[in-house]
Amino acid sequence: MSKHHVSAVINGEPTEFLCETQQTLLDVLRDEIGLTGSKEGCASGDCGACSVIVDGRLICSCLMLGCEADGTAITTIEGIAQGDHLHPVQQKFLEHAALQCGFCTPGLIVASKALLDENPNPTEEEARYWLAGNLCRCTGYDKVIRAVMDAAEVMRGEKAA
Amino acid sequence: MPSLNYAAPATVDEAVKLLAGASGLAKVMSGGTDLLVQLRSGRLRPDLIVDTKKLPGIMGIRQEAGGFVIGAATPGAVLEADAALTKAWPGVVEAMDLIGSTQIQGRASLAGNLCNASPAADSVPALFAAAAIAVIVGPNGKREVPVEQVPTGPGRTSLAKGEFILEFRLPPRPPHSSDAYLRFIPRTEMDIAVVGCGICLTLDAGGTCTAARVALGAVAPTVLLVPAAADALIGHKLDDATLARLDAAAQAACKPIDDKRGTIVYRTKVAGVLARRVAAIAFDRALGKTSAKTH
Repeated sequence: MSKHHVSAVINGEPTEFLCETQQTLLDVLRDEIGLTGSKEGCASGDCGACSVIVDGRLICSCLMLGCEADGTAITTIEGIAQGDHLHPVQQKFLEHAALQCGFCTPGLIVASKALLDENPNPTEEEARYWLAGNLCRCTGYDKVIRAVMDAAEVMRGEKAA
Repeated sequence: MPSLNYAAPATVDEAVKLLAGASGLAKVMSGGTDLLVQLRSGRLRPDLIVDTKKLPGIMGIRQEAGGFVIGAATPGAVLEADAALTKAWPGVVEAMDLIGSTQIQGRASLAGNLCNASPAADSVPALFAAAAIAVIVGPNGKREVPVEQVPTGPGRTSLAKGEFILEFRLPPRPPHSSDAYLRFIPRTEMDIAVVGCGICLTLDAGGTCTAARVALGAVAPTVLLVPAAADALIGHKLDDATLARLDAAAQAACKPIDDKRGTIVYRTKVAGVLARRVAAIAFDRALGKTSAKTH
């Protein structure tokens, strides 16, 4: 079969690419478009390192075909900051040192942003359940959760950035 | 690798034609959370993937004739966000919600969970208990089938070539009806059921059970509907003797395997314990006492 021609809006930019059926969205992002921020951890939807937001919904890009992306709007880790201005979640990950090796960090930041877009005032328990699909072997998660809760306060305007 | 074709048809007729006319292995895709893992591992080598998500009616939830119609490919996140569905069918919604992470919930569907036909599928005991009807389309038109007739063994279903599920129908709710689902896993999230149990029941105004359906997961080659366990509830209130009979009937229905998740003896025992707990939640909900999340 000839390659699929796919049009999608990626991080606000209308984008076109060609892909084989068996290429996942993650394969396409990394290998065809050069957006290598999304990571391949498990390639089976267990680790969350490839998390992206498609049409407002958090998903694992390793569990979606590239050809399914036609007509969608996708946000990857590369689209979270506005130019040089970090998103509050990114800023708080830095301040709380919520990362060590960094491999899970793009997925955790995308997933945390998706959480706060949907629920600006999560409880710690809600944040922990929401992020249960993002595995991290370095931090023990505590600093991640502190960063997310802190970012939520900033985004609600209850605290200065 | 032979080339793999992909189609995302816009009409049911076109989808059926593609599936029925495929020369090799054709797979139906809804959320793809199982299918893509099987593709990647090489366990499955289809020639064609038919993505159903563009078909009219297959995504979304609507109320019809006093019941609910859930599009077969509707993701779990949409079920959980539907307040009316969650109020009427808390067991179905909590069962679906237990599957995987937030990311999985963004894609995974009831039809995928049912047709992947794992004996441990979380939403399936809840659908069995709910007496859900699967609306199946195929080369011979449309047919409506009780969900318990869909899985026939691990990874196998009764769907013929060219057939797929378009939607699920949940029946109207009599007063004092509710449902519940629990699974046992060694942690709180992100695991596969050692045992799962779904119970749907109706009570009279005095709290006596007048109708019930009980289903167990991960204790046999398919999810099981257990009429003897339902009989233990019907005609009774929630008391120790009733729960003891339910426990015994649930255990008697188990035909589990030994594996890394649990032994035969352990799974059988847990099935009885879970049935007791699920019945207690379903009774409480039917009496309007609580509809809180169980996890």
